[in-house]
Amino acid sequence: MELNRLQRSFLEYTAALFREGFLDSQFSQLYQLQDESNPEFVVEVVSLFFDDSERLINDLSRALDQTNVDFKKIDAHVHQLKGSSSSIGAQRVKNSCVSFRNFCEVQNIEGCLSCLQQVQQEYLLIKNKLEALFQLEKQIVAAGGAINTVEWML
Amino acid sequence: MGMATTDPQFHVLAVDDSLIDRKLIERLLKTSSYQVTTVDSGSKALEFLGLNENDRNTPNETSVSPKIHQEVDVNLVITDYCMPGMTGYDLLKKIKESSSLKNIPVVIMSSENVPSRISRCMEEGAEEFFLKPVRLSDVNKLKPHLMRTKCCKNIQNQENQENKQSQEIQLQTSQSNNNNKRKAMDEGISPDRTRPRYSGFTLVSN
Repeated sequence: MELNRLQRSFLEYTAALFREGFLDSQFSQLYQLQDESNPEFVVEVVSLFFDDSERLINDLSRALDQTNVDFKKIDAHVHQLKGSSSSIGAQRVKNSCVSFRNFCEVQNIEGCLSCLQQVQQEYLLIKNKLEALFQLEKQIVAAGGAINTVEWML
Repeated sequence: MGMATTDPQFHVLAVDDSLIDRKLIERLLKTSSYQVTTVDSGSKALEFLGLNENDRNTPNETSVSPKIHQEVDVNLVITDYCMPGMTGYDLLKKIKESSSLKNIPVVIMSSENVPSRISRCMEEGAEEFFLKPVRLSDVNKLKPHLMRTKCCKNIQNQENQENKQSQEIQLQTSQSNNNNKRKAMDEGISPDRTRPRYSGFTLVSN
């Protein structure tokens, strides 16, 4: 049956995301806060994360492009990005922020630029994967089913 | 009848400069059936609590109407530590230094596990220190702190009612009052109890 196939895909897809470290257990916590009264909670929070991240990555590019780089400001931006990625369980983005902050601390521009690139890459990756996941969810719901997150044994 | 103030809803004020974290903490608290107000800064939190930052200097000014403070009933403040301007620690200090607000339990949240930061907050009177991201299991730890203040408030309210009303009405209310008082005494709570600073210290990590 179509629904079974979709639900199996959903489980396999999320299992891979957890296994490969794209997501951590905080992501499954988000689903615990979603219910009939707030059926779109996860999508809403993740959308906020997308908006936030894009803004911060742009700010970081600009800040690193200055003749006199303000490392304090950069650190503040990265701290914010680390916080929001941690809040939704985007583990790889969060980890790349940790490295980024280390380079800020020693005021290493090259290191920072390389980290920015990495952060951007990780962000785009998780964005694609989560969008694909939400598409899958939509299909499941359209086929009359519900998302099963109980099997995310974390 | 609404004689005894048994308001089942606890009101929590959540303070965080991050929109995502505000949304998260709001959901966490609402899932636990608390009434929630979120603000994005310490100064807005103080405003909401009815405390003007300049209160001490200009006691004759009616810049913040005392009426606001009486109408707002906040049972707990949960605040992020790292915020621009007024940090969570600064907010904690201001609350504990205020005669009208010092009994409100305050909980600190932080993304960074810094032992000196944690002990500083606990010494200043924070009830709990949660590491972010905050989870439902953390929010479950808030209940005892909220229960404690509600009991105190009920005793205070009952005593005020008794003083104001005439004997006939006193007869009616005294029964329910005694019930509440007995319950509070059973739980070993008295309004004059001095809370030790380090009580209930729980460091929660993932």
